[in-house]
Amino acid sequence: MSTPLLEIDGLTVTFPTARGPVDVVKGISFTLGRERLGIVGESGSGKSMTGRSILRLIRKPGKVTARRMTFDGVDLLSLSERQMRDLRGARISMVMQDPKFSLNPVMTVGEQIAEALVTHKKLPRRELKERVLAMLEAVRINDPSRVAGLYPHEVSGGMGQRIMIAMMLIPEPDLLIADEPTSALDVSVQAQVLDIIDDLVTGKGMGLILISHDLNLVSRYCDRILVMNSGEIVEQCKASDLHNAQHPYTRGLIAAMPRMNEDRDELPVLDRSTWTTGAGT
Amino acid sequence: MSFEPSESATDAREGLLTSQLLGSATAVLRFCLVTVATFLGLLAITFFVGRVVPIDPVLAVVGDRASNEVYNAARQAMGLDRPLVIQFFSYVGDVFTGNLGMSISTGRPVAEDLARFFPATLEMATIGILIGVLLGVPMGVLAATRQGSWIDQLIRVLGLLGYSVPAFWLGLVGLAVFYAGLGWVAGPGRIDIFYDGIVEPVTGLYLIDSLVAGEWDIFWNALDHLMLPASILGFFSLAYIGRMTRSFMLDQLGHEYVTTARVKGVPERRVIWRHAFYPIRIQLITVIGLSYAALLEGSVMIETVFSWPGIGNYLTNALLNADMNAVLGATLVIGAVFILINKISDVLYRILDPRARK
Repeated sequence: MSTPLLEIDGLTVTFPTARGPVDVVKGISFTLGRERLGIVGESGSGKSMTGRSILRLIRKPGKVTARRMTFDGVDLLSLSERQMRDLRGARISMVMQDPKFSLNPVMTVGEQIAEALVTHKKLPRRELKERVLAMLEAVRINDPSRVAGLYPHEVSGGMGQRIMIAMMLIPEPDLLIADEPTSALDVSVQAQVLDIIDDLVTGKGMGLILISHDLNLVSRYCDRILVMNSGEIVEQCKASDLHNAQHPYTRGLIAAMPRMNEDRDELPVLDRSTWTTGAGT
Repeated sequence: MSFEPSESATDAREGLLTSQLLGSATAVLRFCLVTVATFLGLLAITFFVGRVVPIDPVLAVVGDRASNEVYNAARQAMGLDRPLVIQFFSYVGDVFTGNLGMSISTGRPVAEDLARFFPATLEMATIGILIGVLLGVPMGVLAATRQGSWIDQLIRVLGLLGYSVPAFWLGLVGLAVFYAGLGWVAGPGRIDIFYDGIVEPVTGLYLIDSLVAGEWDIFWNALDHLMLPASILGFFSLAYIGRMTRSFMLDQLGHEYVTTARVKGVPERRVIWRHAFYPIRIQLITVIGLSYAALLEGSVMIETVFSWPGIGNYLTNALLNADMNAVLGATLVIGAVFILINKISDVLYRILDPRARK
């Protein structure tokens, strides 16, 4: 890990509200190499906002500020919108949560995947088609030429998410952000989808940020874990060291997970008073 | 780089070609049956409503001083002494043979009248809706993508005006400013009096008829007359279509797949038109179809202000004169237009929305 792929220092995401600005991400810092980083936290902890602010896709009136935010030596905050667009998809990509909503309903699957590629690279039609079909095959879709002609409503959720992955990986980015990629999926296909992401990401030596609320899943698929709570990173550790976590929030989360041979009558509930200092949230 | 249904899928489909053809033949047949049934329903409603209203068509013909014998004779001659159901069936038969009866106010067959009056409305409404769509849709899209900008404010003000300004007022002001004041457009009527009746009516649309005849003078004169009333109609549909487009687009831009397109690095213009606008074309067709149908109903106010011999005027006169044949005939035409536009929208849905295809 010579120079990190992504360096973030003091990232803050702010939304104005009627009662003054609210920071949903509060000055977090972390670095990422060509490794798999998991970000866990409950709803509203700011983990998705962190992912989106790396792509600078926080919708107005949200505001992103940081002391430093560099990707592969490029300062993301000083790029023009146009330069940022050249980066999106081509070098940093994001798999979104629910393929039911994240795939365009009136474009065929093949068109949408092809678009991700031609946006950054002009290719002859034949080659483009071959690349799309090869990519579909890489995400383990049988009969890719048939699937390429389908519309999103004609495919299942698991297949939709594999299509999403194909679309995001076809320009061969260096960093993939997977924002709850399996939360909308059936448990039985979750592992399948994550295995595909894992294979492709490690195979190509990309960086991965896996955003999830599922501690188990993140510890299984990631090298390192960040635990976020109300906009702050409360714990950073190796995935293998998760059981030694220090912060009461992380320990509470781990304790609240049911085990296979459960002998507790009731699962413990988080006691937030141990780490929240101020009142309010 | 289009991904049409793939080759293997096409192969599979070829095997099913016969059954597919059969299927689409059934679909076409069903489509026709439904259309005819809707039309029959329309006929029934207009007919029975026409008979229920407290207007005595016999009285309208003979006047209220006629003797009982004259009244009864006229009643018999008009076939109004027969049972309602029989009257209805003979009416349906007449309609399908193109006979809509005589108009007592113009003294001509209603079908002939409609052939003269409806094209006037059709011409104005078509130009009006073109203005509404060609300006309203892009304005609505712009307003949605630049929320809070001047174009957004403009669309909102126009939408408000479109709701609150009466058509006849706008018509009069338009005439006062652009005809009497500036002299940019011609005055009321469809055409100047010395051009009237020169061109053989083929379609009844002056713009097309004069072009067919190669009479450029007449074409420009007709356009001159048409511009102002059509623009005013266009303004009303622009206000409505623009407002609807804006709210559809705002809704679309919040969708996840629009973000997906941005994640892919797709240029903003393509994000807006290809990813956000494509899906709303389906909703827009409904909005445009309905406002076109409303324009084709004939705007009585505008037609009155501009002495426009359109169907709205015709229908109003017929109503005031208790001219039941003319009222029924005009209502039928308007109803048929609604059915037709709805059917066209249905077909367009199926073309534009893959989810509506079977």
